[in-house]
Amino acid sequence: MKKGKKPSSSAVTSSLIRKPIQRQFAIFLLPTFICFCIGFLWPFIQGIYLSLHSFTTVSNASYVGFANYAKAFADAGFRRAFGYTAEVAVVSLVLINVLAFFVAYALTRGIRGSNVYRGVFFIPNLIGGIVLGYIWKTIIDSVLPVSMSIRANYGFWGLIVVMCWQQVGYMMIIYIAGLNAVPEDMLEAAKIDGANGWKTLWHIILPNVMPSITICTFLSLTNGFKLYDQNLVLTNGAPVRRGVGMTEMLALNIAKTFTTANQRGVAQAKAVLFFILVTTISLIQLTATRRKELQQ
Amino acid sequence: MMQTTLKAKKPAAKGLEKQTTGKIITSIAFAVISLLWIMPIVIVLYNSFKTNSAVNTNVFALPNKESCVGFDNYVNGMTFGNYPFYYSAGYSVYITIVSTALILLCTSMAAWYVSRVNDTFSKVVYYLCIFSMVVPFQMVMYTLANTARTVHLDTPWTIPVIYLGFGAGLAVFMFVGFVKSIPIDIEEAAAIDGCGPLRTFFSVVFPMMKPTLISVGVLEIMWVWNDYLLPYLVLDATKYKTIPIHIQYLQGSYGRVDLGATMALIMLSLVPIIIFYLACQKHIIKGVAAGAVKG
Repeated sequence: MKKGKKPSSSAVTSSLIRKPIQRQFAIFLLPTFICFCIGFLWPFIQGIYLSLHSFTTVSNASYVGFANYAKAFADAGFRRAFGYTAEVAVVSLVLINVLAFFVAYALTRGIRGSNVYRGVFFIPNLIGGIVLGYIWKTIIDSVLPVSMSIRANYGFWGLIVVMCWQQVGYMMIIYIAGLNAVPEDMLEAAKIDGANGWKTLWHIILPNVMPSITICTFLSLTNGFKLYDQNLVLTNGAPVRRGVGMTEMLALNIAKTFTTANQRGVAQAKAVLFFILVTTISLIQLTATRRKELQQ
Repeated sequence: MMQTTLKAKKPAAKGLEKQTTGKIITSIAFAVISLLWIMPIVIVLYNSFKTNSAVNTNVFALPNKESCVGFDNYVNGMTFGNYPFYYSAGYSVYITIVSTALILLCTSMAAWYVSRVNDTFSKVVYYLCIFSMVVPFQMVMYTLANTARTVHLDTPWTIPVIYLGFGAGLAVFMFVGFVKSIPIDIEEAAAIDGCGPLRTFFSVVFPMMKPTLISVGVLEIMWVWNDYLLPYLVLDATKYKTIPIHIQYLQGSYGRVDLGATMALIMLSLVPIIIFYLACQKHIIKGVAAGAVKG
């Protein structure tokens, strides 16, 4: 990106530009703003409102206070989904990041054909969750003695495999950018001081790619928490024991709750809780990356 | 953040450096791993030429004389099930192209307004956009589908408006980031020369935005093309399907489904992605890396 000689801050925005644009509000900002209201703002506000109501359609909502939230917390399926989602998110986070880091590390050592390998690792990231899930379901189910929807254990590891295949290439790209930014003189100094490969990796490279590690950790964590498509295709929550889907993740649990008409209020309350959870993770990420940037 | 080069470091020095044995072994190992990595796609490819029962018996077996059916699966797959695949593909292509074009045009204009006018309303819109990026879709899934029905936007022809609304956050955020980095002097010069805001935008600002337009375009194309839940909830799925909805419906009828034909359809849905990737790999990787900030 080209940077101007004197970056114009909003304060110096001249009236020459500002006033005429402001007069064209209806052309520049209004269309996006209206769509934003329809596609996000209004549904969001209505969602919070409805989470405090019992309803089957929007028009027959009756106020119930926090009863929906109480029901959501009391729901065994929701609690199981929360634990299971956390488990999937953490296990996938560790595996994806370790694999992606070492692939990125190996591919920045200047080996022949590394650009091609990089391209190959990235491909799965372009495939959508539904198609990706279907491909792997066909393959995994034909390898295993029983289908993933019969043994929860298989469903769990199947999902992990799919997530790794999809996300390793993506995180690898971020790690490669981080690794390439490690100062050359530091590496040379380590070499002169006689540090071996592992020592250099541990004491020089890792501390320098910390910003990338933070970004990737949180990205894979939020990806894990928000996962829906792959979960739907691979097992759709099955097997079910005592009415509780053993491999059902939060997003799927919420979507399923919405399909039962008299549970919609509870579903919306679950959705609000889910939103708070995901937003909290994102906010922690934001402050964490901010602090890292300040240190540099 | 992603301004650091994604290419191999100091290529000039690398050329002089001798490839050590260790490097050669790593390279060979990666050649094998890369092959294994794309195996799932290769498996789908050769299974798309096999009969249904052959896919069922062993997905790993290559097609042989008995199990190979040539392009029959592709021909049958087009009309198989009670909904023709070319309808789904058509809707997917239309929705992806129109949504992306609409998002690029509207949000780039909005972002220019937001960063140049910068009044209270603009700031509120900007912060709302950032806020919308962290909100998971489940939060609005029911109410959004409901709103779309109320304002009659629940057809494939109008769904791009919904995509613009829900996807505006990231796009506005990225465009504002770019506009803030370009000097205002050029726009002032245009204004002095007598350009109105529209002309200034389209003949001066918009062309300068090219790198961000590409990054945002790549992100939106990948999002809309692969999206399942939003069109599934907003559209009447018995009348209108996109490719992900179509594939998910096939899986719903598991057991009665022709697996050979399904593999052919999956292959058909992958072909545009692979062509897109081969055509602009560099832009895609850059765009995706730029989107990493969205979190």
